Amino acid sequence: MTHAASAITTTGLTKLFGKQAAVDGIDLQVPYGAVYGFLGPNGSGKTTTIRMLLGLVHASAGEIEVLGEPIPGGLSRILPRVGSLVEGPAFHPYLSGRANLARLDAADRFADPSTSRTRIDAALERVDLLGAARKRYRAYSLGMRQRLAIAAALLTPRDLLVLDEPTNGLDPQGTREVRSLIASLTGEGATILVSSHLLSEVEQICSHLGILRQGRLVAQGTVDEVRSGSRAVAEVLTASPEEAATVLRGLGLADVTVTTTGVRAAPDGVDPERIVAALVGAGVGVRGFAVQSPSLEDLFVSLTGEGFDVSN
Amino acid sequence: MSATDLSASPSAPARSRTVVASLRLLRSELRIIAGRRRNQAGILVLASVPVLIAVALKFSQPREGRGPDFISSATSNGIFVSLTALSIEIALFLPLAVAALAGDTIAGEANIGTLRYLLTVPVDRTRLLAVKFVSLVLGACFGVLVVAVTGVIVGGALFGLGPTTLLSGSQIGLADALARLALAVLYLSAGLAGLAAIGLFISTLTEQPIGAMIAITVVSTAMWILDGIPQLEWLQPWLLVHYWTAFSDAFRDPIFYEQMRQGLLVALGYVVVFVSLAWARFTQKDITS
Repeated sequence: MTHAASAITTTGLTKLFGKQAAVDGIDLQVPYGAVYGFLGPNGSGKTTTIRMLLGLVHASAGEIEVLGEPIPGGLSRILPRVGSLVEGPAFHPYLSGRANLARLDAADRFADPSTSRTRIDAALERVDLLGAARKRYRAYSLGMRQRLAIAAALLTPRDLLVLDEPTNGLDPQGTREVRSLIASLTGEGATILVSSHLLSEVEQICSHLGILRQGRLVAQGTVDEVRSGSRAVAEVLTASPEEAATVLRGLGLADVTVTTTGVRAAPDGVDPERIVAALVGAGVGVRGFAVQSPSLEDLFVSLTGEGFDVSN
Repeated sequence: MSATDLSASPSAPARSRTVVASLRLLRSELRIIAGRRRNQAGILVLASVPVLIAVALKFSQPREGRGPDFISSATSNGIFVSLTALSIEIALFLPLAVAALAGDTIAGEANIGTLRYLLTVPVDRTRLLAVKFVSLVLGACFGVLVVAVTGVIVGGALFGLGPTTLLSGSQIGLADALARLALAVLYLSAGLAGLAAIGLFISTLTEQPIGAMIAITVVSTAMWILDGIPQLEWLQPWLLVHYWTAFSDAFRDPIFYEQMRQGLLVALGYVVVFVSLAWARFTQKDITS
């Protein structure tokens, strides 16, 4: 067994459904011990990627290595060390929460039947479901279902947790609990890949980010690395935007755009003082001037497209 | 000890662990099948047929020379209530029961999404398929057994369980008759195992358990129809259901094994072909449900 530097590595991972590439040549790098936020709008290929990591879907091209073993070759050795939540919870509706976990535990050939009950209780306790353990799954609320699925991922100690939209359907309280659960799991040394279409849900807990758009990885790295990949924007408020735009172009600023209230451009290292001096020197009346670094949220939106699929 | 034994020995504990773990999964599987209301209702339906037959015979006027052999014999001995019920239910109710269970195996788990969680536990796909097939065959066997046992109990209560007069005229004792009934039950279970293999394969093709169930029922019913068309005599030896009615050969004297032997071979052929197809399909399949 080789000792890989990353818990998850993919190279050129691709999945075609017919002619459509759901996942298009992505190179994931999830370091050991990271909380990796796997972000992208709905339909960007997050779940398909996760299904390939877990061997549910065969890759059309590319390579996958999880915990140092190739996938799908090493699946039977690797999956016992991986807890997963894929595309929402799914359980037998007429069985109780506990019976559903017992069913999954019975399916695990590495799980010790003699400790089954204590492990199930511990997992239920961890997601605060012990009180509802005897209720039938169909009577569970969406949040309880989600928590049961997380409990299922925690039945045995795991080195890697792959959580696909774990906060989906949870109320704000539940979302916070999931965040603190993830934090405590990282504290125990687990690597976590958590996907979401909402940056705000994961940005506080992630050490790394990967942003997916239409099956392609458009940004990846530590949170700071991803953030520094974004350009600051200089905004000039003025009554004569055309003249201002000419001055800014003359200074070598990129992406100069005229707006209704003035001009916007990317300073790209040109000092703000020089920009203002040049504007004033050219006789452009400056009503306001600001250089702003975009928030992670703005960056996310700019990378993934705004609102309902403008990119299609 | 040969070289092959030596090389095999390190994996022996792992293999026995896999067997023990598979038995644990099988028990969980059977518990789910037995706990499902629909299946419990299905068992009641299967058991109601011998009851209806026995009651109808008890309270109707005897009519000489009408109906199948078993029905006229049934009033003389309770065992024949079982045989009559089996010969009626093997045409539709028992195949329907197998179809319902087979629809649940893969398509049903895919439909509610539990399949992806079973596979990521992980359960090896081959192992899951094997456990599902065994549970299906055990379920079919249980269905046949319920019909037979209910028939013996109700038939025995209404008509007695004395010495049985066989179709060929000779008489046998109760123990012998029950042993022959057990043989008939095992033979029918083997036949249904062939249908279970078809069902398992169809179940890997879809995520709709009801669709799978209908398709399996259509297959078994179509085979009965083809088996009834005289012009298709050349095809009939290859039909799974063609030999099913041969279970009554267990009640000839001496037991007539020829048809049952053929029937077992054909059932085995169906099991090999369709379990292989199911395996080929399921191990390659993208689980997107």
